[in-house]
Amino acid sequence: MATTLKPVNAVVVGFGWAGSILAKELTEAGLQVVALERGPHQDTYPDGAYPNTLDELTYNSRGKLFQDLSKSTVSIRHGVNDTALPYRQLSAFLPGNGVGGAGLHWSGVHFRIMPEELRLRSHYEERYGKGFIPEGMTIQDYGVSYEELEPHFDFAEKVFGTSGTAYKVKGQVVGDGNPFAPDRSDHFPLPALKDVYSAQLFRKAAEEVGMRPYAMPAANASGPWTNPYGVQMGPCNFCGFCSGYACYMYSKASPNLNILPALKQSELFELRVNSNVLRVNLDSDGKRATGVTYVDAQGREIVQPADLVIVSAFQFHNVHLMLLSGIGKPYDPRTGEGVVGKNFAYQNMATIKAFFDRDVHTNPFIGTGGGGVAVDDFNADNFDHGPLGFVGGSPFWVNQAGSKPIRGLSLPPGAPSWGSGWKQAAKDAYTHTLSMDAHGSNMSYRDNYLDLDPTYKDAYGQPLLRMTFDWKENEYKMTRYVTEQMRKIAEAMNPKAIAVHVKNFGDHFNTRVYQTTHLLGGAIMGSDPKTSAVNRYLQSWDVHNVFVIGASAFPQGTGYNPTGLVAALAYWSAKAIREQYLKNPGPLVQA
Amino acid sequence: MPDDKAFNGRRDFLRKTLAVIPAITVAGYGVATTAASQAAPTLQNPYRPRFFTAAEWAFVNAAVARLIPSDANGPGAVEAGVPEFIDRQLETAYGHGNLWYMQAPFSADAAPEFGHQLKLVPRDIYRIGIAALDRWCQSQHGKVFAELEPAGQDDLLRQLEGGHLDLQDLPSTLLFSQLWQNTREGFFADPIHGGNRGLVGWKLVGFPGARADFMDWVDRGEKYPFPPVSISGERG
Repeated sequence: MATTLKPVNAVVVGFGWAGSILAKELTEAGLQVVALERGPHQDTYPDGAYPNTLDELTYNSRGKLFQDLSKSTVSIRHGVNDTALPYRQLSAFLPGNGVGGAGLHWSGVHFRIMPEELRLRSHYEERYGKGFIPEGMTIQDYGVSYEELEPHFDFAEKVFGTSGTAYKVKGQVVGDGNPFAPDRSDHFPLPALKDVYSAQLFRKAAEEVGMRPYAMPAANASGPWTNPYGVQMGPCNFCGFCSGYACYMYSKASPNLNILPALKQSELFELRVNSNVLRVNLDSDGKRATGVTYVDAQGREIVQPADLVIVSAFQFHNVHLMLLSGIGKPYDPRTGEGVVGKNFAYQNMATIKAFFDRDVHTNPFIGTGGGGVAVDDFNADNFDHGPLGFVGGSPFWVNQAGSKPIRGLSLPPGAPSWGSGWKQAAKDAYTHTLSMDAHGSNMSYRDNYLDLDPTYKDAYGQPLLRMTFDWKENEYKMTRYVTEQMRKIAEAMNPKAIAVHVKNFGDHFNTRVYQTTHLLGGAIMGSDPKTSAVNRYLQSWDVHNVFVIGASAFPQGTGYNPTGLVAALAYWSAKAIREQYLKNPGPLVQA
Repeated sequence: MPDDKAFNGRRDFLRKTLAVIPAITVAGYGVATTAASQAAPTLQNPYRPRFFTAAEWAFVNAAVARLIPSDANGPGAVEAGVPEFIDRQLETAYGHGNLWYMQAPFSADAAPEFGHQLKLVPRDIYRIGIAALDRWCQSQHGKVFAELEPAGQDDLLRQLEGGHLDLQDLPSTLLFSQLWQNTREGFFADPIHGGNRGLVGWKLVGFPGARADFMDWVDRGEKYPFPPVSISGERG
C-alpha cells in the first residue's frame, strides 16, 4: 500500500546536471521543488577527498560512482529480429549514480554545438540534395536555433566556470580559438588551460599538415572562479583523476559543486536520495501527470503528487520512465510510427596511439578532464561531404585526461601480451605514449531504437529497457575517412610506432569496449508530434505538465560531447516554463 | 635494484616450496586447508588466504609468477603481493559478482560483443577454473600446474589465452582473462588493496601514484623526477 505525501509544485526525477539546473530555476521562480535521486548522497567532500579518491581500482575499475547494474541495466541486441542480452558489466558506457549523476564523474569537456547540426536534415538536403541522406537514416532538425540557445550556452559556461579561448565574440575575431566555432556573445569565463606536452606535439603536427588547432573548452577551472550562484572553484592542478572521480580540487564543474550549494539555501528545495522512481502517474484521461511513484531506501512505495514533473535522469532512464508510464506512443521500427524510443544514437570513436622513444616524455598521468588541443577541420559539415558520400564528422584531439596504469597502459603493436616481454614493453611505453581520438558522430536510423525488454527485469520487477543498435554503412565510411585524416597528424609527429583503432566494415557494436557515455535520443525534440516525443521546449506533446530534459532530446549524435548542449537546453526549457508555462499551463506549442 | 641472480634464486625457492602443496591436495581439500596455514609462513609471506584453498593458492602463486615474472626489470607479481590482492578482491562485492547484473536467463553461446553472459562470478571462475585446469594437467602430465617447470607453465598459459584447452567446466579464455586482469590490477593498484607492494608496479612504468599535483610540470615535456607515493604516504 503506497503512502501518499503532500503535493508539491514540481518534482524533479534524477539529480544530475539537468535535474539540478531545473531545480535551481524552478525554486528561483518560487516553486516548491522535490528532487528524487535513486542513488546515494555523495559530494566532493568526503566522497571525493584527497588522498583516498586517488584510487584507480575503486573508482575506474570497480566503478564506485557509476550505475549499480545489479539493480538495473539495459539489454542490448544488434537487430530487430535478435534476442537481446543484458549489459551485465560496465564497459562500453558508464552512466552515473547518486547525487550529481554522471556530472560528478565526467571529464569536463564543454562544447556548444555547430549551428547547422541543430537543423541537420534541412542543412544536408539544402547543401547536398534530398537524395544524399541514405534510406533508413532518420536524422531530424531540433526545432530550436543556435541563436535562441546562445544566451543559455553563455550562462551555462559561467555557471560551469569554463576555460577556453574564443574565436569570435559579437562578430569580431578576438583570439586563436576554434575558427569553425559559431559567434559568441561573450568570452569564456576563464582563459584556456595550459597545453600538456602531448597537446603541444599535437598542435604543432596539426599545423604542419594544414589543420587549425585550438584549445578545447573545458569545465575545469584554469584559475579561481566565482560563478553566478556565488559558488567558488579553485584552479585545476592537472592531477589526472577527472573521469570516473569527484574532483578533490573543486576545479571540475559538477552539479554538487556548482549548483547544489546555492540550491540548498532555498527553503523551497528538498533533495531525497535513495528514491527510485517507478513511474510518472497520469490522471484518468492520460493527458496530465499527477505526480510520481517511487520506492524509498526502506523499500516503501511512496506517491509524491506534483503539478509539474521534470524527467531529468540519464538519457536512457528518461526513455525507460516514459515507456513505463505510458507517456507518448512507443516507437515501432516496422511501421516507423510512434515516438518514444525513436532515434536512439551514440558516438563513433576511433583512436590512434603514437609510441615514442625514451627521449620524448608525454607523462600521460599529467592531465585534466576537459583540456587539450583539438581540430575541427573534419567535424560537422566543416568539409565538403559531397564527394565523400557520408553524413557526419569528428573533431580530433589530444585530450590527455590522465592515464593510470591499470586501464590506461597501452603497448605498441606486436608487444608480448604478458611475461618478461610485456614487462619490458610496459616500462618502455607508459611515459612515452600519446593518444588521440576522433570523437565521431553517430546518425540515427529507423531500426536503432529503444523499447521494453520482454524477458529481463530490474530489481523492482519492471522490464529492462532494450537497446536495438548497430553500426551502419554511413558510420563505417565516416570513421574510416576521418581516421585517415587524423593519421596524417600522428605521422607528422614522427613516432616510433602507431596503433590505429578503427572499425572495419561490418564490425558489430561491441559492448565490451569503452566508447563514450554519450548515449542519446529516444525522447527526441522536434516541431512535429508525429516524429518527436517532446516539443522545442522539451515538453511532452501528450502530457503537457511533463518536461523531459537531457541528451534523450537529441535527434542524432554529434562529434562533440553532449553536456554543453544538455545544459543549454535545460536552461532554455526552464526559461519557457518560467516565462510561459507557469502563467498559462498547457501545451507551449500547438500540435 | 636487486640483480638477476638473486631473483632467480628466489623464484626457484618459491617454485620448489609451492610444489610440495599440491601433492597433499590430491587427497582432498580437507587436508589442503591445513597445508595453506603451514605453507604461508615458509613463503616469507605472512598473508593467509581467506578465499583460496592451498591448491588454489599454489596455482595463483605459480601462474602470476609467470604472467609478471621477477627479472632484470625488477620484482614480479608474487613479490608485489598480487596473490594477496586477488584473494582479498574475491571477498569484496566484486568477487561475489554483486556489481554485475546476474539475473537469468544466461546465454553460454552469446557472441563475444555482448560481454560476459555466463552465470559465473569471479569467485566461481577461480574455483571452478583452477580445479578444471589442475585436473587437465594431472591427466596430461601427472602433475598439477604449480608442479610443472616454468616453460611448461608458460605453454599452458598461452594455450589458455588462445582458448586451445578444453576445460569442460568453463571456457579457458575466461580463466585466463580473469587471472590476467586481476594480476595487472594487483600489480598497479594502490597498495591499500594488498598488491603493488613497495610500489614496484608504479616504479616499473614511471607512474607517480597519488602525487596528483602537476601544476609545475604540465607543459615541460621532461622526465618527471619524483618517485611514486601511495595513498597511505609510502614512497617508492
